[in-house]
Amino acid sequence: MSVINLRLGAFAAALALLAATSSGAFAQKKYDTGASDTEIKIGNIMPYSGPASAYGVIGKTAEAYFRKVNAEGGINGRKINFISYDDAYSPPKTVEQARKLVESDEVLLVFNPLGTPPNTAIQKYLNTKKVPQLFVATGATKWNDPKDFPWTMGWQPNYQSESAIYAKYILKNKPDAKIAVLYQNDDYGKDYLKGFKDGLGDKAASMIVIEESYEVSQPTIDSHIVKMKSSGADVFFNITTPKFAAQAIKKNQEIGWKPLHFLNGVSSSIGSVIKPAGFENSQGIISSNYLKDPTDAEWKNDAGMKAWTEFLDKYYPEANRSDIFVMYAYTVAQGLEHVLKASGNNLTRENVMKQAASIKNLELGGLLPGIKVNTSATDFAPISQVQLMRLKGETWERFGEILSDDAGG
Amino acid sequence: MSAVEEAANEAPAVEAVPKRAMTLGYGTSLVVLALLIIVPMFLKNFFVFQLTMLLIYALAVLALNILTGGSGQFSLGQSAFYAVGAYTSAILMEHMGVNYALTLPVAGIICFGFGFLFGQPALRLSGIYLALATFALAVAMPQLLKLGFFEHWTGGVQGLVVTKPDAPFGLPISQDRWLYYFTLVVSIGIYIASVNLLKSRSGRAFMAIRDNEIAASAMGVDVALYKTLAFGVSAGITGVAGGLGAIAVQFVAPDGYTITLAISLFLGMVVGGVGWLPGSIVGSAFIIFVPNIAEHISKGLSGAVFGVLLFLVIFLVPHGARQVAMVAQQMLGKLKKN
Repeated sequence: MSVINLRLGAFAAALALLAATSSGAFAQKKYDTGASDTEIKIGNIMPYSGPASAYGVIGKTAEAYFRKVNAEGGINGRKINFISYDDAYSPPKTVEQARKLVESDEVLLVFNPLGTPPNTAIQKYLNTKKVPQLFVATGATKWNDPKDFPWTMGWQPNYQSESAIYAKYILKNKPDAKIAVLYQNDDYGKDYLKGFKDGLGDKAASMIVIEESYEVSQPTIDSHIVKMKSSGADVFFNITTPKFAAQAIKKNQEIGWKPLHFLNGVSSSIGSVIKPAGFENSQGIISSNYLKDPTDAEWKNDAGMKAWTEFLDKYYPEANRSDIFVMYAYTVAQGLEHVLKASGNNLTRENVMKQAASIKNLELGGLLPGIKVNTSATDFAPISQVQLMRLKGETWERFGEILSDDAGG
Repeated sequence: MSAVEEAANEAPAVEAVPKRAMTLGYGTSLVVLALLIIVPMFLKNFFVFQLTMLLIYALAVLALNILTGGSGQFSLGQSAFYAVGAYTSAILMEHMGVNYALTLPVAGIICFGFGFLFGQPALRLSGIYLALATFALAVAMPQLLKLGFFEHWTGGVQGLVVTKPDAPFGLPISQDRWLYYFTLVVSIGIYIASVNLLKSRSGRAFMAIRDNEIAASAMGVDVALYKTLAFGVSAGITGVAGGLGAIAVQFVAPDGYTITLAISLFLGMVVGGVGWLPGSIVGSAFIIFVPNIAEHISKGLSGAVFGVLLFLVIFLVPHGARQVAMVAQQMLGKLKKN
């Protein structure tokens, strides 16, 4: 027995030694398809045409950012070859473009493809192929699912995290609230609602006094607002897209219902929601954000904002400086830069995923101060912090500390 | 003026195409077939996938060609039939575990019924009015698919993920290649059936209606029946194409079947040559590859580049691929004489 044990031990030791030496030899440089001594190929899919083409600016900004990276010497000496295709927000086209990127262009990874349906269409394919689907541009919660989809990772705070944060705030500051919820009857609305209920926990059933849903096809949501007012609720969680959000704010004022009003981040735009609804009608509304709003005078002398402006001046001068998507793309491109830097000379898909899943307290210039990017093997939701803000005058005023919640799909 | 008079005085919507000119000669057909069988053996999986999509869209264009080129009725609603076919296949496969090959006839039959029923009210309309009615169908379909009522089955906005079939009997070929040959067999079957349909009594009735409705009815053709039948057949074939598309793409979602798809199919038909069935595959190649070429030329202006290319095609060869094929044939004939 002991002889065998001894032999086993010796064998194990020899193996360990071998592993140590060989890994030493290979740790120098290791590549998967799409990476070499001189370049790293990154694939991307964006709706440059079609109904969602307003988002195309994200791809353009990322492309400009990687031009900057290349001009400054690349990442660990390798140039980024950023290949971006148009899918017109049509899932079958997304599949075709993803396959083109992986099988024909042979990219190392697919970065920041946009939209929930397009990403759903390619998720299974990329996971079977073991190609990273990194930092997808959608707020759905289901991207944080490392167990079933270890090759897919989100980026921005997902809908459930955001609404759970509102729920926590209500529990702490208004524990006896009677809540009315209005939500859009689709995946986005239901995602928010689920996070909200999870956040309230056991008290969800007793605190939510009325739940109303509307279809996107409805011309107006006035009747829902009237119904909610009559329920006697004193807190209103408004899960609506910009057009309906503005309607709701206006109608509240019209019928004199003045609850504590929470507005989802999707509709926190001053230009497309608050202004049309009227500043005087919107005072005191609470919402949240995680990016620095480029139109906010507060950041005029901020170092991160200055770097952003400098980058745009040099590499993307025609960009619209008040477009929050430009800021979004800048930040997510920096996130990828960080992951590729951390991967060093081991540019395998597995290692890229490993590095993406081990980001610790990364701070980026476009994020609100205090918001940090964090991931782990079980947490594929990189940004899960937001800061609450309240409308005061004509701008949002941030208040309280940075709040976080890691919801998984 | 009554609708009938109007129809009689109107110039024919579609130029008359003689029956024989609707197909290819045997020799040419065999060459095309051989190419379709042999070429994918030497291609990467991605290109095989693209060729599969080429065949699938070719089927959908062919279906429209039967409707417009055969019976002279316009449709901008083909994307709706395509969507119904795709969802039928996807739901049968994912919710009921039906074999993928068996879902296609079901998709075809359901779409045939759907098209036949839609053909009833469409009878009262002709020309651009019919095009508008079918346009409404195409616009409505994606929203109907999102309805909460069907969500349990359709997956709502999220759509449904479909499992791609493996090659049967342990054949040592990849999923993509298998699916390609499977699609090829289905396409050839449908193509031959369509050619025979147009050569048959029913086909002659379609064409008689296309050329002159009143004359056709005077000769004893049941105009109402054959018009709806043409709609049904066209929808049925489109449904099969949709089902195949769902299997090849492995995903169905409302956003995949918008009016853009219907217009693309219409475009494919015009570029391929209205009423010329083999043109369907050329038209399909146009709608798949030309946008990619346009994007390659300029990302920001891809739509404009596509427009210019389309304009060139329509300007230089207004009858599409049919015209090119005819010119080629004449030149070959001259060469032979010399």
